[in-house]
Amino acid sequence: MKSGSNLEKVLEGGHFAVTAEVGPPKGTSASVVQKKGDILKSCCDALNVTDNQTAIVRMSSLSGCVILKGMGLDPVMQMVVRDRNRIAIQSDILGAVALGIRNVLCLSGDHQKFGNHPTAKNVYDIDSIQLVKTLKTMRDEKKFLCGENISGEVPLFIGAVENPFADPFEFRVIRLGKKVQAGADFIQTQAVYDVDKFAGWMKMVRDRGLDKQVHILAGVIPIKSVGMARYMRDNVSGVSVPDEIVTRLEDAKDVREEGVKITLEIIDRLKDIDGIHGVHVMAVAWEDIVPVIAERAGLLPRPIL
Amino acid sequence: MIVGTQKPLEEIWDMIKGFRKVLVLGCNTCVAICHAGGGKEAEILASLLRMKASLSGVETTVRHAAIERQCESEFFEPVMDEVRASDVVLSLACGVGVNFLADRAGDVPAFPGIDTEFFGAVEKAGIFKELCAGCGGCILHLTGGICPVARCSKSIMNGPCGGTSDGKCEISRDVDCAWYLIVDRMKKLGTLEKLFEIQPPKDWSTGLYGGPRKVVLEHITAPEPPEKGKESQGGM
Repeated sequence: MKSGSNLEKVLEGGHFAVTAEVGPPKGTSASVVQKKGDILKSCCDALNVTDNQTAIVRMSSLSGCVILKGMGLDPVMQMVVRDRNRIAIQSDILGAVALGIRNVLCLSGDHQKFGNHPTAKNVYDIDSIQLVKTLKTMRDEKKFLCGENISGEVPLFIGAVENPFADPFEFRVIRLGKKVQAGADFIQTQAVYDVDKFAGWMKMVRDRGLDKQVHILAGVIPIKSVGMARYMRDNVSGVSVPDEIVTRLEDAKDVREEGVKITLEIIDRLKDIDGIHGVHVMAVAWEDIVPVIAERAGLLPRPIL
Repeated sequence: MIVGTQKPLEEIWDMIKGFRKVLVLGCNTCVAICHAGGGKEAEILASLLRMKASLSGVETTVRHAAIERQCESEFFEPVMDEVRASDVVLSLACGVGVNFLADRAGDVPAFPGIDTEFFGAVEKAGIFKELCAGCGGCILHLTGGICPVARCSKSIMNGPCGGTSDGKCEISRDVDCAWYLIVDRMKKLGTLEKLFEIQPPKDWSTGLYGGPRKVVLEHITAPEPPEKGKESQGGM
């Protein structure tokens, strides 16, 4: 065991994992995080806490993780390289480990242009692949990026993300390979709506043998409204929502129920793809649908261990 | 070249309205090419400021001049008397020129008339594009001649990130994804496999973040003692 986290045990044990997302509040209330934790604890193996997602200032991921940890849950600390240089990153990792955080997900982060401080200066001292490698070096060699020794263990289960729907398509799998080479233990993907395209990507992943080296969890975002579907189709870079899904929602009497059905169909197909070891459900501002989805998708009971 | 854009007239007027003798000093190199701060622009801006002064009922003399480059001492000689006789010099050079002027203008303030934008090239008439960040430790040989520092919105070394779509950057449909271009170019060059290697974290100390930079050519500066009276050319 690299970290001993619940997520690592589930994945290394060969189980199909379910993770979900907790967005911390734009405020100081721990109970917001606790409430989301309460909703999600019986349907997930681990919970990601986002890091100032879309560059909007929220409670820090580390704090959210500590709150969840206090509830006996297994948090995944998301860390973007947008806001911290290598000094702050390594310092936060030491603190996170000291506070019992065992899973870290490495991301580039959305550009600050999208957030509520668009005039901010970004950092991008290191990129997400370099972050993965930094964490691996910290864990396996107990060394900082500069080569100096770290006192104590750094037990981490290292995650990265990949977006199979971003361009250039054929390079995405090469980049995934770079993340695996850098030291990623698990991957959570961008939301999958176009399962055929995703399956094509997974074939490329298998052809390179990457599915044997890393646990891939497919991302799923349940769609709550027609507006959300259109917005994701037209405005979210790198997300591919087929027109057919938008039409189904437009024609539906009960849009939410249709959204759930679409999600269940997607999960059903994802489960059958070789090399998929779990799903990551990102129900932004719709956390209470996750237990419903997990139940109807036959993914309960959770946590599986 | 260094690309600049002229500041709005109101902003310039707010800077200089308290002064009676204003010199608008153009620079006839980079900023002349981007139609922001050459001799012609200095002349036009000086007339606009004269009109503005007259409309505001302020008694102000606005003169204009231009030199070849505001980043080399020798070009200043012909205008130094004019500079010293002014209450303020509005330099239309890039920030380098304004700094360089301030270093030699004594007690005459040097104000910026343009915003220095970036190092770029003329894509086509009227369109200037950033292509270099001037950060040292150049790796263009590894990226098909396309700079990820200057041209990727996140300056990442192992791109492209997940935000690219149809070859465009997540920040705007008008911005090309540098890494999309890099992958494409490396494919054409038959060197795509170079991108399979993980690029290590960049040494940013050679860039803006390592403190003010200076290049010293010892074969030019060292052998002979400095000439008397010659101004230092360092500190850029």
